[in-house]
Amino acid sequence: MHMADALLSPAVAGTMYVASAGVAAYSIKKIREEDDNKKVPVMGVMGAFVFATQMLNFTIPGTGSSGHLCGGMLLSALLGPYAGFLTMIGVLLIQGLFFADGGLLALGANIWNMAFYGCFIGSMLIWRPMMKKGAGKAKIIAASVLGCVLTLQLGAFSVTLETLASGITELPFGIFVATMQPIHLAIGAVEGLITAAVLVFIYEARPEFLWGVGSSDTKEGKLSTKATITILAVVAAVFAGVVSLFASAFPDGLEWSMENVAGTAELEATGGIYDVMNSIQSATSFLPDYAFKNSEAVAGTSVSGLVGGIIVVALMVGISYLVRLGAKKTKSE
Amino acid sequence: MSGIEKQLREIDKLNTLQQRDQWMNRRHPLVKLCLTVVYIIFVVSCHKYQLSTMVMLAVYPFMMFNFADLSLKDAIYRMRLILPIVMAVGIFNPFMDREVVMELGNITLTGGVISMITLMLKGLYAVLSAYLLIATTTIEDICFALRRLHMPKILVTVILLIDRYIYILGQEAERIMTAYQLRAPSQKGIHYKAWGPLVGQWLIRSMERAQVVYESMTLRGYRGEFSYGKKRKLTAPDFLLLTVWLVAFVVIRKGF
Repeated sequence: MHMADALLSPAVAGTMYVASAGVAAYSIKKIREEDDNKKVPVMGVMGAFVFATQMLNFTIPGTGSSGHLCGGMLLSALLGPYAGFLTMIGVLLIQGLFFADGGLLALGANIWNMAFYGCFIGSMLIWRPMMKKGAGKAKIIAASVLGCVLTLQLGAFSVTLETLASGITELPFGIFVATMQPIHLAIGAVEGLITAAVLVFIYEARPEFLWGVGSSDTKEGKLSTKATITILAVVAAVFAGVVSLFASAFPDGLEWSMENVAGTAELEATGGIYDVMNSIQSATSFLPDYAFKNSEAVAGTSVSGLVGGIIVVALMVGISYLVRLGAKKTKSE
Repeated sequence: MSGIEKQLREIDKLNTLQQRDQWMNRRHPLVKLCLTVVYIIFVVSCHKYQLSTMVMLAVYPFMMFNFADLSLKDAIYRMRLILPIVMAVGIFNPFMDREVVMELGNITLTGGVISMITLMLKGLYAVLSAYLLIATTTIEDICFALRRLHMPKILVTVILLIDRYIYILGQEAERIMTAYQLRAPSQKGIHYKAWGPLVGQWLIRSMERAQVVYESMTLRGYRGEFSYGKKRKLTAPDFLLLTVWLVAFVVIRKGF
């Protein structure tokens, strides 16, 4: 789900940075109000923990594939939304730098798509209301699965919107969404179950570690297995409905052929959005290039530019390579 | 070699590269950070048909890789994580946009093909320039630069702590996985019955470790303040590096 720098225009990346920075500033204010120095080391170690657990493979029964933990949901269930969000920022920044998973420019978008939804929507709208009257095994499972599925769906939808707004892909919006959402539905369900297994263990072993759990009331605090299954079934039905809605908008489905789509007016329609986005970008980007407003100009200038460009790059890189060789030689001497 | 071991080696390799005494490593982290971000902005703001500009922009990572004595192969290998999504987004462009925009001898290039190539190049350059930054700058120095840019203390401290504990917890993950695989040789990953207890116990251990970390930090005088890398001053080569490349980026964008 990590967005790459290449998929975003500076305007969209900047907007996402501003949005994420706003949430981060609010979270920092909240953490400062708590005035708990102890929380910072816990955030650091838990961030590294989430990072490390991503390295483990969890076998999904009945399939040959493996899944991972849902970091945002786990962190917010342990640290709360504010500390969880800030920890996720650290995790995403280090992931982007160390493993090229994401990117520096795309960090704002990644924070929004994963940390904001995972920590705020997951904990404020699902975890806390469900745990208000005490936690229970079934409640934790339901909250984890529901939280992971919902937050991943929102994240995947945001990825689609951000890519579209950046004018990167020629894919029509509907097809892109209809591909992204079901894939992340499956991932969300598996991540939710793994997260649930861990949180249930923590609930049994060290319940004081869980955030936002109200005083336990034996009757109200528990959710029956039947109720859990009902919640999960409702979630599945709702999402199946959403997915089929997208699928029915494109009845060709699997028989969808490239030629047909390329020949329809749909491209013209999406072209409008792209044009608007391009004009926004050329107005906001550092150096808008007006020479590329029509494709004829591109054809006319690019061939010579391309050849010239390749020669210059080869020359410059060649010189730098010689410098490198020279430096090595003097070192060995 | 297991997947975890590979990832740990990657971190280890980066740490070794960061500690080298190279010209590029000695540059001010703020300059390197700003240069990387500005370069990525220049790259991603290129129009999808601006292939010649994209080709020219290769000059920064390729030249600097030589100056910093870095391996291109290692950096390109890092593309593996973002490549699937970039491919998924760009692969259909040639089918959707069939307008011919360039002719190279007998070969005609459609808008879709060019936009796909520029997208791939954007992905590659962003990864290369980020690698150039992280392979020549320690996280402590990056955090120092972030503090200079007024990033809040709490966030910078969390980033530093995550960095400090990644390797330790990564090694713990490796030991857990090895121990598990030795006891369950026919399984590829962790069985669903062990999901909770295995990770849960590790989590409790980590929380307790955080408590110990806090106590030891307090004993050493931690009151919410932290030292963020070596204090450095901007030098003439730093200004030169920044100015030369900024001018080069502008010339490339204007000229091609």
